[in-house]
Amino acid sequence: MDDNVAVIGVGLGKVGELWEKSLRDLATESIWMAFEDSGVDKVDALYVGNMSSGPFVEQEHIGAMIADFAGLGSIPAVKVEAACGSGGAAFIEGYMAVKSGLYDYVLVTGVEKMTDVLPSRTTSILANASDRDYEAFHGVSFVALNALVMKRYMYEFNVKREELSIFPVISHKNAPFSKHAMYRKEITLETVMNSPIISDPLSLMDCAPICDGSASVILCAEKKAREFTDTPIIVSGVGIATDTLGVHDRKHITTLSAAVEASKKAYKMAGVTPKDIDIAEIHDAFSIMSALSIEDMGFAKKGEGTKMALEGQHYIGGDLPINLYGGLKARGHPVGATGVYQIGELVCSLRGDGRVDAERGLAENIGGSGATISVSVLERGD
Amino acid sequence: MDVPRHWREQIRRYRLVGSKCKDCEKLSFPYRNVCPKCRSRNCEDYQFIGRGKIISFTNTNSPPKEHKYNMPFAAALIELMEGPVITAQITDARAEELEIGMKVEMVTRKIMEYNEAGLLCYGYKFRPIVEYAHP
Repeated sequence: MDDNVAVIGVGLGKVGELWEKSLRDLATESIWMAFEDSGVDKVDALYVGNMSSGPFVEQEHIGAMIADFAGLGSIPAVKVEAACGSGGAAFIEGYMAVKSGLYDYVLVTGVEKMTDVLPSRTTSILANASDRDYEAFHGVSFVALNALVMKRYMYEFNVKREELSIFPVISHKNAPFSKHAMYRKEITLETVMNSPIISDPLSLMDCAPICDGSASVILCAEKKAREFTDTPIIVSGVGIATDTLGVHDRKHITTLSAAVEASKKAYKMAGVTPKDIDIAEIHDAFSIMSALSIEDMGFAKKGEGTKMALEGQHYIGGDLPINLYGGLKARGHPVGATGVYQIGELVCSLRGDGRVDAERGLAENIGGSGATISVSVLERGD
Repeated sequence: MDVPRHWREQIRRYRLVGSKCKDCEKLSFPYRNVCPKCRSRNCEDYQFIGRGKIISFTNTNSPPKEHKYNMPFAAALIELMEGPVITAQITDARAEELEIGMKVEMVTRKIMEYNEAGLLCYGYKFRPIVEYAHP
């Protein structure tokens, strides 16, 4: 297919500890929000981004389950898994399915139900995204892995904890506007600095919260999209790459080489450079991941990932506003759903929500400690 | 039934056995069947001496549930003297004594206890190398 691929529908379900809702409830809700937003009411295929439905709710085969319960008919429906990067990876699968010409309308749904198990069990399940036999076996949780990277980063580049702690403040700054966000409030640097240490130097407020949520987007060819809207949002570049599973095998502990590679691919496909990106949804699961992402996607030199943040350039009005709907930190991080939330939020920002006038933005979704990273560049098609 | 998956790791966990590429001599821990440097499949077991230095560490207060009994503890990235970096717990030292660059050596310890059967898993941890002064 020569035509571009466009996003024509977005559904962003409320994120939180949603005791009354099951995985199928969450998915169905965001799917029908996306249908209503798009103007279409059926699709040809479903790709589900989900990390751990098995361990979390003892349900696998959720492609078929969601297609069944959301009333999608007998369409092909499969789950795509790349740990916390599942949503972004599912989005790219959906993109390819439309781009190839195989399907006209494709639904991508991210969903995760995390709160049916106790938090210490959640920690253990999330650790499955690392090397189970050689990292998690030793009691190294996901927070601890990120703490190891953060301590090394602070050591190598002489960066202080308070410089990295600015990232949660930035994400929370945009949260009051974000109707679906889990924590719709601003926080201060002192709040982050004074929050309890989980795994030093990472504190509680450096970490995105455990929660439930589901987001959906609908994709189709640009020509078809123009039948529904005057301002379709075009997917102009996508890139996905992998790195060593374990942090210990990385050539540079403090470089997300999958972010370097994925962003290069996405920029090349879109025909842009980092300078052309107006806004970004960054995978701020931990403060350190924000700094590394900013550097490794080409927005800052190595070791200077906090510079723009400290200058205020990541707030609305700055050179590169990030996480306009609260990021993982304030919107919440329902792991396998996160990548689809990011795409949906980016679409909302580009359509124009009265806060930024942006032509082009990117969403970056990280799986594990950086072993899978996807980058998608979207732009306004008017 | 979790016994086989721990049983088969014995020599790697008790004797720090990784692999060596017979073609390019690249050393790996954990072991690899395909050399990450030259893609040769001509790899053999290689036992590491068990000494290295800390390149990063963290004191963790919120471990996965199988490790709760042992908290708080320090985990570290350790660069073995032969080259590979491995992830392991630090033992026999207080958190505030640790620093990047500190020399450590391997010891065998209980790593975790879990499931209804009360399975105990042993493996490598690392402790600071202490040089005693003669009186």
